[in-house]
Amino acid sequence: MTLEEKKQEVVDEFAMFEGWMDRYEYIIELGKNLDAYPEDRRTEDRLIKGCQSRVWLDWELRDGRLEFAADSDALITKGIIALLLDVYSGRTAEEIAADDFSFLEEIGLRENLSPTRANGLVSMIATLRRAAEETLAGK
Amino acid sequence: MTVEELRAQFPILSSQVNGRPLVYLDNAATSQRPASVVECWEGMALRTNANLHRAVHALAARATDRYEQTREFVRHYLNAAAREEIIFTSGTTGGINLLAHSFGEAFLQEGDEILIAECEHHSDIVPWQLLAARKGLKIKVLPILDDGMPDLSALEGLLSPRTKIACIAQISNVLGILNPVGEIIRTCHAKGCAVLVDGAQGIVHGKVDVRALDCDFYVFSGHKVFAATGTGVLYGKKALLEQMPPFLGGGEMIDTVRFSGTTFAPLPGKFEAGTQDFCAVPTLMPALALAGSVFADAELQRSGEEVKAYVLDALRRNPRIRLFGDPADPARKVPLFSFCVEGAHHEDLALILDKMGVAVRSGQMCAEPLMDRFGVTGMLRASFAPYNTLREAETFTASLEKAIDMLT
Repeated sequence: MTLEEKKQEVVDEFAMFEGWMDRYEYIIELGKNLDAYPEDRRTEDRLIKGCQSRVWLDWELRDGRLEFAADSDALITKGIIALLLDVYSGRTAEEIAADDFSFLEEIGLRENLSPTRANGLVSMIATLRRAAEETLAGK
Repeated sequence: MTVEELRAQFPILSSQVNGRPLVYLDNAATSQRPASVVECWEGMALRTNANLHRAVHALAARATDRYEQTREFVRHYLNAAAREEIIFTSGTTGGINLLAHSFGEAFLQEGDEILIAECEHHSDIVPWQLLAARKGLKIKVLPILDDGMPDLSALEGLLSPRTKIACIAQISNVLGILNPVGEIIRTCHAKGCAVLVDGAQGIVHGKVDVRALDCDFYVFSGHKVFAATGTGVLYGKKALLEQMPPFLGGGEMIDTVRFSGTTFAPLPGKFEAGTQDFCAVPTLMPALALAGSVFADAELQRSGEEVKAYVLDALRRNPRIRLFGDPADPARKVPLFSFCVEGAHHEDLALILDKMGVAVRSGQMCAEPLMDRFGVTGMLRASFAPYNTLREAETFTASLEKAIDMLT
Protein backbone atom coordinates (compact mmCIF):
# COMPACT_ATOMS: atom_id res chain seq x y z
CA MET A 1 0.00 0.00 0.00
CA THR A 2 1.38 3.43 -0.89
CA LEU A 3 1.68 6.12 1.77
CA GLU A 4 -1.27 8.00 0.23
CA GLU A 5 -3.43 4.88 0.25
CA LYS A 6 -2.51 4.11 3.82
CA LYS A 7 -3.38 7.62 4.98
CA GLN A 8 -6.71 7.42 3.16
CA GLU A 9 -7.42 4.13 4.90
CA VAL A 10 -6.90 5.76 8.29
CA VAL A 11 -9.02 8.76 7.34
CA ASP A 12 -11.84 6.45 6.22
CA GLU A 13 -11.59 4.46 9.42
CA PHE A 14 -11.89 7.59 11.56
CA ALA A 15 -14.82 8.86 9.50
CA MET A 16 -16.88 5.99 10.91
CA PHE A 17 -16.57 7.22 14.49
CA GLU A 18 -19.53 9.10 15.88
CA GLY A 19 -17.83 11.36 18.40
CA TRP A 20 -14.69 12.11 20.35
CA MET A 21 -15.24 9.22 22.73
CA ASP A 22 -15.20 6.56 20.02
CA ARG A 23 -12.13 8.20 18.56
CA TYR A 24 -10.31 8.32 21.87
CA GLU A 25 -11.30 4.78 22.78
CA TYR A 26 -9.87 3.56 19.49
CA ILE A 27 -6.65 5.52 19.98
CA ILE A 28 -6.30 4.27 23.53
CA GLU A 29 -6.70 0.72 22.23
CA LEU A 30 -3.98 1.33 19.63
CA GLY A 31 -1.76 2.65 22.41
CA LYS A 32 -2.26 -0.42 24.54
CA ASN A 33 -1.41 -2.67 21.59
CA LEU A 34 1.72 -0.86 20.44
CA ASP A 35 4.75 -3.14 20.18
CA ALA A 36 6.89 -2.98 23.31
CA TYR A 37 9.70 -0.48 23.01
CA PRO A 38 13.17 -2.03 23.43
CA GLU A 39 14.27 -1.27 27.00
CA ASP A 40 17.94 -0.89 26.01
CA ARG A 41 16.93 2.04 23.84
CA ARG A 42 14.96 3.86 26.52
CA THR A 43 17.79 6.34 26.90
CA GLU A 44 18.15 10.10 27.32
CA ASP A 45 19.20 10.64 23.71
CA ARG A 46 16.04 8.93 22.44
CA LEU A 47 13.78 10.87 24.78
CA ILE A 48 11.70 13.67 23.35
CA LYS A 49 10.73 15.75 26.30
CA GLY A 50 7.45 17.59 26.17
CA CYS A 51 5.97 19.61 28.99
CA GLN A 52 3.61 16.80 29.91
CA SER A 53 4.10 13.47 28.21
CA ARG A 54 7.43 11.90 27.41
CA VAL A 55 8.07 10.19 24.11
CA TRP A 56 10.91 7.83 23.20
CA LEU A 57 11.67 7.42 19.53
CA ASP A 58 14.28 5.32 17.84
CA TRP A 59 14.82 4.47 14.20
CA GLU A 60 17.04 2.55 11.88
CA LEU A 61 17.48 2.30 8.15
CA ARG A 62 16.68 -1.19 6.88
CA ASP A 63 16.79 -1.97 3.15
CA GLY A 64 16.44 1.72 2.32
CA ARG A 65 13.41 2.15 4.56
CA LEU A 66 13.07 3.87 7.93
CA GLU A 67 11.84 1.56 10.68
CA PHE A 68 10.62 3.34 13.79
CA ALA A 69 10.09 2.18 17.36
CA ALA A 70 8.48 4.49 19.88
CA ASP A 71 6.78 4.73 23.26
CA SER A 72 5.13 7.27 25.56
CA ASP A 73 4.14 7.37 29.19
CA ALA A 74 0.77 8.89 28.21
CA LEU A 75 -1.70 6.53 26.60
CA ILE A 76 -3.43 8.86 24.14
CA THR A 77 -0.07 10.10 22.92
CA LYS A 78 1.05 6.48 22.68
CA GLY A 79 -2.03 5.63 20.63
CA ILE A 80 -1.34 8.45 18.20
CA ILE A 81 2.25 7.24 18.02
CA ALA A 82 0.99 3.77 17.13
CA LEU A 83 -1.08 5.34 14.39
CA LEU A 84 1.91 7.30 13.10
CA LEU A 85 4.18 4.28 13.14
CA ASP A 86 1.56 2.23 11.31
CA VAL A 87 1.50 4.87 8.58
CA TYR A 88 5.14 5.95 8.41
CA SER A 89 7.30 3.06 9.57
CA GLY A 90 8.75 1.17 6.63
CA ARG A 91 8.56 4.16 4.28
CA THR A 92 11.50 5.69 2.49
CA ALA A 93 13.13 8.87 3.77
CA GLU A 94 12.01 10.64 0.57
CA GLU A 95 8.36 9.78 1.22
CA ILE A 96 8.45 10.97 4.83
CA ALA A 97 10.39 14.15 4.15
CA ALA A 98 7.89 15.12 1.44
CA ASP A 99 4.83 14.49 3.64
CA ASP A 100 3.06 17.29 5.52
CA PHE A 101 1.33 15.11 8.17
CA SER A 102 -1.86 17.06 7.57
CA PHE A 103 -4.00 13.89 7.53
CA LEU A 104 -3.90 14.01 11.35
CA GLU A 105 -6.08 17.10 11.16
CA GLU A 106 -8.53 15.30 8.90
CA ILE A 107 -9.04 12.63 11.54
CA GLY A 108 -9.79 15.19 14.25
CA LEU A 109 -6.52 15.08 16.12
CA ARG A 110 -5.65 18.66 15.41
CA GLU A 111 -5.87 19.78 19.04
CA ASN A 112 -3.55 17.00 20.12
CA LEU A 113 -0.96 18.31 17.72
CA SER A 114 -1.17 22.00 18.44
CA PRO A 115 2.30 23.26 19.40
CA THR A 116 0.68 25.23 22.22
CA ARG A 117 -0.14 21.96 23.95
CA ALA A 118 3.60 21.55 24.25
CA ASN A 119 3.34 17.80 24.37
CA GLY A 120 5.79 15.23 23.17
CA LEU A 121 3.78 14.46 20.08
CA VAL A 122 4.56 17.68 18.26
CA SER A 123 8.25 17.13 18.93
CA MET A 124 7.87 13.55 17.84
CA ILE A 125 6.62 14.52 14.40
CA ALA A 126 9.47 16.99 14.12
CA THR A 127 11.84 14.15 15.03
CA LEU A 128 10.28 11.81 12.45
CA ARG A 129 10.94 14.47 9.86
CA ARG A 130 14.44 15.03 11.13
CA ALA A 131 15.10 11.29 10.84
CA ALA A 132 14.02 11.45 7.21
CA GLU A 133 16.03 14.59 6.46
CA GLU A 134 19.17 13.28 8.16
CA THR A 135 18.87 10.05 6.24
CA LEU A 136 18.57 11.96 2.98
CA ALA A 137 21.50 14.21 3.86
CA GLY A 138 23.61 11.19 4.70
CA LYS A 139 23.05 9.66 1.29
CA MET B 1 -25.13 36.37 47.71
CA THR B 2 -25.86 32.97 46.17
CA VAL B 3 -23.33 31.20 43.96
CA GLU B 4 -25.73 31.64 41.06
CA GLU B 5 -25.82 35.40 41.64
CA LEU B 6 -22.04 35.45 41.69
CA ARG B 7 -21.82 33.35 38.53
CA ALA B 8 -24.15 35.72 36.72
CA GLN B 9 -21.41 38.36 36.98
CA PHE B 10 -19.03 36.20 34.91
CA PRO B 11 -20.33 35.93 31.32
CA ILE B 12 -17.87 33.19 30.30
CA LEU B 13 -19.20 30.76 32.91
CA SER B 14 -22.39 30.19 30.93
CA SER B 15 -20.49 29.23 27.77
CA GLN B 16 -19.89 25.78 26.31
CA VAL B 17 -16.76 23.95 25.24
CA ASN B 18 -16.76 20.81 23.12
CA GLY B 19 -20.55 20.93 23.19
CA ARG B 20 -20.70 20.71 26.98
CA PRO B 21 -21.28 23.38 29.62
CA LEU B 22 -17.90 24.76 30.65
CA VAL B 23 -16.73 23.59 34.07
CA TYR B 24 -13.76 25.85 34.66
CA LEU B 25 -11.41 24.37 37.26
CA ASP B 26 -8.15 26.02 36.26
CA ASN B 27 -8.60 29.02 38.50
CA ALA B 28 -5.14 28.72 40.00
CA ALA B 29 -3.74 29.52 36.55
CA THR B 30 -6.08 32.45 36.01
CA SER B 31 -9.51 33.39 37.28
CA GLN B 32 -12.34 34.39 35.02
CA ARG B 33 -13.25 38.06 34.83
CA PRO B 34 -16.52 39.63 35.96
CA ALA B 35 -18.36 42.11 33.74
CA SER B 36 -17.46 44.92 36.17
CA VAL B 37 -13.76 44.39 35.47
CA VAL B 38 -14.23 44.19 31.71
CA GLU B 39 -16.36 47.37 31.77
CA CYS B 40 -13.75 49.20 33.83
CA TRP B 41 -10.98 48.07 31.48
CA GLU B 42 -12.95 49.03 28.40
CA GLY B 43 -14.04 52.33 29.93
CA MET B 44 -10.43 53.26 30.56
CA ALA B 45 -9.49 52.52 26.94
CA LEU B 46 -12.56 54.20 25.44
CA ARG B 47 -12.93 57.24 27.66
CA THR B 48 -9.91 57.78 29.88
CA ASN B 49 -6.94 56.91 27.70
CA ALA B 50 -3.96 59.17 28.40
CA ASN B 51 -0.50 58.57 29.75
CA LEU B 52 0.03 59.10 33.45
CA HIS B 53 1.57 61.90 35.48
CA ARG B 54 3.18 63.57 32.48
CA ALA B 55 0.73 65.96 30.89
CA VAL B 56 -1.41 68.76 32.26
CA HIS B 57 -4.44 68.11 30.09
CA ALA B 58 -7.72 66.93 31.55
CA LEU B 59 -7.65 63.39 30.20
CA ALA B 60 -4.16 62.75 31.61
CA ALA B 61 -5.32 64.11 34.95
CA ARG B 62 -8.29 61.75 34.96
CA ALA B 63 -6.19 58.73 34.03
CA THR B 64 -3.65 59.65 36.71
CA ASP B 65 -6.42 60.07 39.28
CA ARG B 66 -7.80 56.62 38.52
CA TYR B 67 -4.34 55.10 38.75
CA GLU B 68 -3.52 56.74 42.07
CA GLN B 69 -7.02 56.01 43.36
CA THR B 70 -6.25 52.35 42.65
CA ARG B 71 -3.05 52.58 44.65
CA GLU B 72 -4.98 53.92 47.62
CA PHE B 73 -7.62 51.22 47.14
CA VAL B 74 -4.99 48.47 47.15
CA ARG B 75 -3.22 50.03 50.16
CA HIS B 76 -6.48 49.97 52.06
CA TYR B 77 -7.34 46.45 50.90
CA LEU B 78 -3.98 45.05 52.03
CA ASN B 79 -3.97 47.29 55.11
CA ALA B 80 -0.56 48.66 54.17
CA ALA B 81 0.65 51.67 56.14
CA ALA B 82 1.39 54.02 53.24
CA ARG B 83 0.73 54.47 49.53
CA GLU B 84 4.49 54.48 48.91
CA GLU B 85 4.47 50.80 49.85
CA ILE B 86 2.27 49.79 46.90
CA ILE B 87 4.24 49.29 43.67
CA PHE B 88 2.36 48.33 40.53
CA THR B 89 4.01 45.54 38.56
CA SER B 90 3.15 43.34 35.59
CA GLY B 91 2.31 40.48 37.95
CA THR B 92 3.82 38.21 40.56
CA THR B 93 6.78 37.26 38.38
CA GLY B 94 7.46 40.92 37.60
CA GLY B 95 7.30 41.78 41.29
CA ILE B 96 9.70 39.05 42.36
CA ASN B 97 12.20 39.94 39.63
CA LEU B 98 12.12 43.55 40.77
CA LEU B 99 12.61 42.49 44.35
CA ALA B 100 15.38 39.99 43.62
CA HIS B 101 17.28 42.67 41.75
CA SER B 102 16.76 45.66 44.01
CA PHE B 103 16.77 43.92 47.39
CA GLY B 104 19.81 41.97 46.22
CA GLU B 105 21.67 45.13 45.22
CA ALA B 106 20.86 46.84 48.50
CA PHE B 107 21.29 44.12 51.08
CA LEU B 108 23.10 41.04 49.79
CA GLN B 109 26.86 40.48 49.69
CA GLU B 110 28.87 37.56 48.36
CA GLY B 111 28.43 34.55 50.63
CA ASP B 112 25.01 35.64 51.90
CA GLU B 113 22.10 33.22 51.78
CA ILE B 114 18.55 33.10 50.48
CA LEU B 115 16.08 30.61 51.90
CA ILE B 116 13.43 29.30 49.49
CA ALA B 117 10.65 26.84 50.30
CA GLU B 118 10.66 23.60 48.32
CA CYS B 119 7.07 24.19 47.22
CA GLU B 120 7.79 27.48 45.45
CA HIS B 121 6.68 28.27 41.92
CA HIS B 122 9.54 28.68 39.43
CA SER B 123 8.85 32.43 39.54
CA ASP B 124 9.95 32.45 43.17
CA ILE B 125 13.05 30.35 42.47
CA VAL B 126 14.61 31.43 39.20
CA PRO B 127 14.89 35.21 39.88
CA TRP B 128 16.76 34.33 43.09
CA GLN B 129 19.01 31.88 41.26
CA LEU B 130 19.89 34.58 38.75
CA LEU B 131 20.71 36.94 41.62
CA ALA B 132 22.69 34.23 43.41
CA ALA B 133 24.75 33.59 40.27
CA ARG B 134 25.45 37.32 39.83
CA LYS B 135 26.47 37.96 43.40
CA GLY B 136 27.89 34.66 44.58
CA LEU B 137 25.08 33.84 47.01
CA LYS B 138 23.96 30.55 48.45
CA ILE B 139 20.41 29.24 48.11
CA LYS B 140 19.03 27.09 50.90
CA VAL B 141 15.82 25.08 50.70
CA LEU B 142 13.10 24.80 53.34
CA PRO B 143 11.83 21.22 52.92
CA ILE B 144 8.21 20.20 52.46
CA LEU B 145 6.89 17.25 54.46
CA ASP B 146 4.88 14.33 53.06
CA ASP B 147 1.55 15.98 53.89
CA GLY B 148 2.58 19.14 52.03
CA MET B 149 3.35 21.28 55.08
CA PRO B 150 6.70 23.07 55.32
CA ASP B 151 9.08 21.49 57.81
CA LEU B 152 9.04 24.15 60.51
CA SER B 153 11.33 22.08 62.70
CA ALA B 154 14.08 22.62 60.10
CA LEU B 155 13.52 26.36 59.79
CA GLU B 156 15.58 27.70 62.65
CA GLY B 157 18.56 25.53 61.76
CA LEU B 158 18.48 26.83 58.18
CA LEU B 159 18.63 30.47 59.24
CA SER B 160 22.15 31.73 59.77
CA PRO B 161 23.26 35.32 60.34
CA ARG B 162 23.97 35.40 56.60
CA THR B 163 20.42 34.44 55.58
CA LYS B 164 19.04 37.77 54.42
CA ILE B 165 15.70 36.84 52.91
CA ALA B 166 13.29 33.91 53.03
CA CYS B 167 10.75 33.29 50.25
CA ILE B 168 7.56 31.36 50.85
CA ALA B 169 4.20 31.07 49.13
CA GLN B 170 1.21 31.89 51.27
CA ILE B 171 -0.46 29.00 49.42
CA SER B 172 1.49 26.76 47.03
CA ASN B 173 -0.01 26.57 43.54
CA VAL B 174 0.35 22.79 43.71
CA LEU B 175 -0.38 21.82 47.30
CA GLY B 176 -3.26 24.18 48.07
CA ILE B 177 -2.25 24.55 51.70
CA LEU B 178 -2.28 27.73 53.75
CA ASN B 179 1.33 27.76 54.83
CA PRO B 180 2.03 28.92 58.40
CA VAL B 181 3.56 32.14 57.09
CA GLY B 182 2.91 34.05 60.32
CA GLU B 183 5.04 31.63 62.27
CA ILE B 184 7.72 31.55 59.57
CA ILE B 185 7.86 35.35 59.55
CA ARG B 186 8.24 35.52 63.36
CA THR B 187 11.05 32.95 63.31
CA CYS B 188 12.84 34.67 60.43
CA HIS B 189 12.52 38.12 61.98
CA ALA B 190 13.93 36.84 65.26
CA LYS B 191 17.00 35.84 63.23
CA GLY B 192 17.17 39.13 61.35
CA CYS B 193 15.97 37.65 58.05
CA ALA B 194 13.43 39.47 55.85
CA VAL B 195 10.49 37.55 54.36
CA LEU B 196 8.84 37.66 50.96
CA VAL B 197 5.37 36.14 50.86
CA ASP B 198 4.32 35.04 47.36
CA GLY B 199 0.62 35.77 47.42
CA ALA B 200 -0.22 34.66 43.87
CA GLN B 201 -2.60 32.04 45.28
CA GLY B 202 -3.03 33.54 48.75
CA ILE B 203 -4.78 36.67 47.49
CA VAL B 204 -7.42 34.41 45.91
CA HIS B 205 -8.50 32.53 49.00
CA GLY B 206 -8.90 35.12 51.69
CA LYS B 207 -8.47 38.68 52.86
CA VAL B 208 -4.82 39.69 53.25
CA ASP B 209 -3.54 42.03 55.96
CA VAL B 210 0.15 42.73 55.38
CA ARG B 211 0.56 44.54 58.70
CA ALA B 212 -1.01 41.72 60.69
CA LEU B 213 1.21 39.26 58.79
CA ASP B 214 4.21 41.55 59.30
CA CYS B 215 5.77 40.29 56.06
CA ASP B 216 8.43 42.53 54.56
CA PHE B 217 7.24 41.98 51.01
CA TYR B 218 4.07 40.60 49.47
CA VAL B 219 3.46 40.04 45.76
CA PHE B 220 0.42 39.05 43.77
CA SER B 221 -1.04 39.07 40.23
CA GLY B 222 -4.30 40.80 39.39
CA HIS B 223 -5.43 38.22 36.83
CA LYS B 224 -5.75 35.44 39.39
CA VAL B 225 -8.13 37.52 41.50
CA PHE B 226 -10.58 38.68 38.78
CA ALA B 227 -8.59 41.76 37.61
CA ALA B 228 -7.12 42.45 34.18
CA THR B 229 -4.12 40.57 32.86
CA GLY B 230 -0.84 42.43 33.13
CA THR B 231 -1.60 43.86 36.55
CA GLY B 232 0.19 43.07 39.76
CA VAL B 233 1.31 44.49 43.05
CA LEU B 234 4.50 44.44 45.06
CA TYR B 235 3.97 45.51 48.63
CA GLY B 236 7.11 46.32 50.58
CA LYS B 237 7.85 47.97 53.88
CA LYS B 238 8.72 51.57 53.20
CA ALA B 239 11.93 51.52 55.23
CA LEU B 240 13.25 48.69 53.04
CA LEU B 241 11.97 49.98 49.71
CA GLU B 242 13.59 53.35 50.38
CA GLN B 243 17.02 51.75 50.68
CA MET B 244 16.65 49.74 47.48
CA PRO B 245 17.91 51.02 44.11
CA PRO B 246 15.61 51.05 41.07
CA PHE B 247 15.19 47.96 38.93
CA LEU B 248 14.26 49.33 35.50
CA GLY B 249 15.44 52.77 34.41
CA GLY B 250 13.44 55.10 32.22
CA GLY B 251 10.58 57.54 32.27
CA GLU B 252 8.69 58.50 35.43
CA MET B 253 11.18 56.93 37.83
CA ILE B 254 13.59 59.84 37.76
CA ASP B 255 14.01 63.08 39.65
CA THR B 256 16.60 64.79 37.45
CA VAL B 257 18.57 63.35 34.57
CA ARG B 258 21.98 64.70 33.53
CA PHE B 259 24.74 62.88 31.69
CA SER B 260 26.82 63.66 34.76
CA GLY B 261 24.35 61.68 36.89
CA THR B 262 20.70 60.98 37.55
CA THR B 263 18.67 61.14 40.73
CA PHE B 264 15.57 59.08 41.24
CA ALA B 265 11.97 59.81 42.04
CA PRO B 266 10.73 59.04 45.53
CA LEU B 267 8.56 55.97 46.20
CA PRO B 268 6.55 54.55 44.60
CA GLY B 269 7.57 56.12 41.27
CA LYS B 270 11.16 54.93 41.66
CA PHE B 271 10.03 51.40 40.87
CA GLU B 272 7.55 52.21 38.11
CA ALA B 273 9.67 52.97 35.05
CA GLY B 274 8.11 53.47 31.65
CA THR B 275 4.49 53.60 30.61
CA GLN B 276 2.36 51.65 33.02
CA ASP B 277 -0.65 49.56 31.99
CA PHE B 278 -2.91 52.41 33.03
CA CYS B 279 -6.02 50.94 31.39
CA ALA B 280 -5.67 47.64 33.25
CA VAL B 281 -4.49 48.81 36.70
CA PRO B 282 -7.83 50.41 37.73
CA THR B 283 -9.55 47.02 37.26
CA LEU B 284 -7.90 46.03 40.53
CA MET B 285 -10.61 48.13 42.22
CA PRO B 286 -13.74 46.25 41.06
CA ALA B 287 -11.78 42.97 41.24
CA LEU B 288 -10.61 43.33 44.82
CA ALA B 289 -13.96 44.83 45.84
CA LEU B 290 -15.62 41.66 44.56
CA ALA B 291 -13.04 39.40 46.21
CA GLY B 292 -13.52 41.24 49.50
CA SER B 293 -17.28 40.89 49.36
CA VAL B 294 -16.98 37.18 48.50
CA PHE B 295 -14.76 36.59 51.55
CA ALA B 296 -17.24 38.47 53.76
CA ASP B 297 -20.28 36.63 52.43
CA ALA B 298 -21.45 33.84 54.72
CA GLU B 299 -23.49 32.08 52.02
CA LEU B 300 -20.56 31.98 49.56
CA GLN B 301 -18.16 30.85 52.26
CA ARG B 302 -20.54 28.05 53.22
CA SER B 303 -20.89 26.97 49.59
CA GLY B 304 -17.09 27.08 49.12
CA GLU B 305 -16.59 24.89 52.18
CA GLU B 306 -19.18 22.45 50.89
CA VAL B 307 -17.43 22.15 47.51
CA LYS B 308 -14.06 21.73 49.20
CA ALA B 309 -15.30 19.03 51.59
CA TYR B 310 -17.06 17.16 48.78
CA VAL B 311 -14.03 17.07 46.45
CA LEU B 312 -11.59 16.31 49.26
CA ASP B 313 -13.73 13.39 50.37
CA ALA B 314 -14.20 12.04 46.82
CA LEU B 315 -10.45 12.15 46.10
CA ARG B 316 -9.50 10.66 49.46
CA ARG B 317 -11.96 7.79 49.05
CA ASN B 318 -10.56 6.66 45.71
CA PRO B 319 -7.71 4.24 46.48
CA ARG B 320 -6.09 4.87 43.10
CA ILE B 321 -5.75 8.57 43.72
CA ARG B 322 -2.72 10.03 45.45
CA LEU B 323 -3.51 13.54 46.64
CA PHE B 324 -0.61 15.93 47.24
CA GLY B 325 -1.15 18.47 49.98
CA ASP B 326 -3.41 16.70 52.44
CA PRO B 327 -2.82 18.25 55.86
CA ALA B 328 -4.25 16.76 59.04
CA ASP B 329 -6.13 20.00 59.67
CA PRO B 330 -8.62 20.44 56.78
CA ALA B 331 -8.97 24.14 57.65
CA ARG B 332 -5.47 24.54 56.17
CA LYS B 333 -6.60 23.22 52.80
CA VAL B 334 -8.05 25.47 50.11
CA PRO B 335 -10.10 24.04 47.21
CA LEU B 336 -7.04 23.42 45.04
CA PHE B 337 -6.34 19.74 44.49
CA SER B 338 -3.30 18.24 42.78
CA PHE B 339 -3.16 14.49 42.43
CA CYS B 340 -1.97 11.48 40.45
CA VAL B 341 -4.07 8.52 39.41
CA GLU B 342 -2.45 5.11 39.48
CA GLY B 343 -2.24 3.71 35.95
CA ALA B 344 -3.50 6.86 34.22
CA HIS B 345 -1.30 9.67 32.95
CA HIS B 346 -2.23 13.23 33.91
CA GLU B 347 -2.13 14.40 30.30
CA ASP B 348 -4.56 11.69 29.16
CA LEU B 349 -6.93 12.53 32.00
CA ALA B 350 -6.81 16.25 31.19
CA LEU B 351 -7.46 15.60 27.48
CA ILE B 352 -10.50 13.44 28.22
CA LEU B 353 -11.85 15.82 30.89
CA ASP B 354 -11.55 18.64 28.37
CA LYS B 355 -13.76 16.72 25.98
CA MET B 356 -16.34 16.57 28.77
CA GLY B 357 -16.17 20.33 29.22
CA VAL B 358 -14.02 20.20 32.35
CA ALA B 359 -10.96 22.47 32.25
CA VAL B 360 -8.18 21.29 34.55
CA ARG B 361 -4.43 21.68 34.53
CA SER B 362 -1.96 18.87 34.00
CA GLY B 363 1.80 18.77 34.09
CA GLN B 364 4.48 20.11 36.35
CA MET B 365 2.71 23.35 37.17
CA CYS B 366 5.90 25.41 37.17
CA ALA B 367 7.12 23.59 40.26
CA GLU B 368 9.63 21.00 39.07
CA PRO B 369 11.50 20.79 42.38
CA LEU B 370 8.23 19.84 44.06
CA MET B 371 7.51 17.21 41.37
CA ASP B 372 10.97 15.75 42.09
CA ARG B 373 10.24 15.91 45.83
CA PHE B 374 7.20 13.67 45.37
CA GLY B 375 8.86 11.54 42.66
CA VAL B 376 6.36 12.25 39.89
CA THR B 377 6.66 13.65 36.36
CA GLY B 378 3.47 15.65 36.67
CA MET B 379 0.08 15.91 38.34
CA LEU B 380 -3.50 16.76 37.55
CA ARG B 381 -4.83 19.87 39.25
CA ALA B 382 -8.41 20.99 39.78
CA SER B 383 -8.58 24.44 41.34
CA PHE B 384 -11.93 25.87 42.37
CA ALA B 385 -13.09 29.47 42.68
CA PRO B 386 -16.02 30.79 44.73
CA TYR B 387 -18.16 30.76 41.57
CA ASN B 388 -17.81 26.99 41.14
CA THR B 389 -20.89 25.08 42.26
CA LEU B 390 -21.30 21.77 44.03
CA ARG B 391 -22.95 20.54 40.85
CA GLU B 392 -19.77 21.36 38.92
CA ALA B 393 -17.73 19.54 41.54
CA GLU B 394 -19.97 16.51 41.00
CA THR B 395 -19.53 16.78 37.23
CA PHE B 396 -15.78 16.86 37.81
CA THR B 397 -15.66 13.75 39.98
CA ALA B 398 -18.05 11.83 37.69
CA SER B 399 -16.04 12.86 34.60
CA LEU B 400 -12.82 11.88 36.33
CA GLU B 401 -14.24 8.42 37.10
CA LYS B 402 -15.24 8.02 33.49
CA ALA B 403 -11.83 9.17 32.22
CA ILE B 404 -10.09 6.72 34.54
CA ASP B 405 -12.35 3.93 33.27
CA MET B 406 -11.45 4.75 29.68
CA LEU B 407 -7.75 4.67 30.39
CA THR B 408 -7.46 1.61 32.57
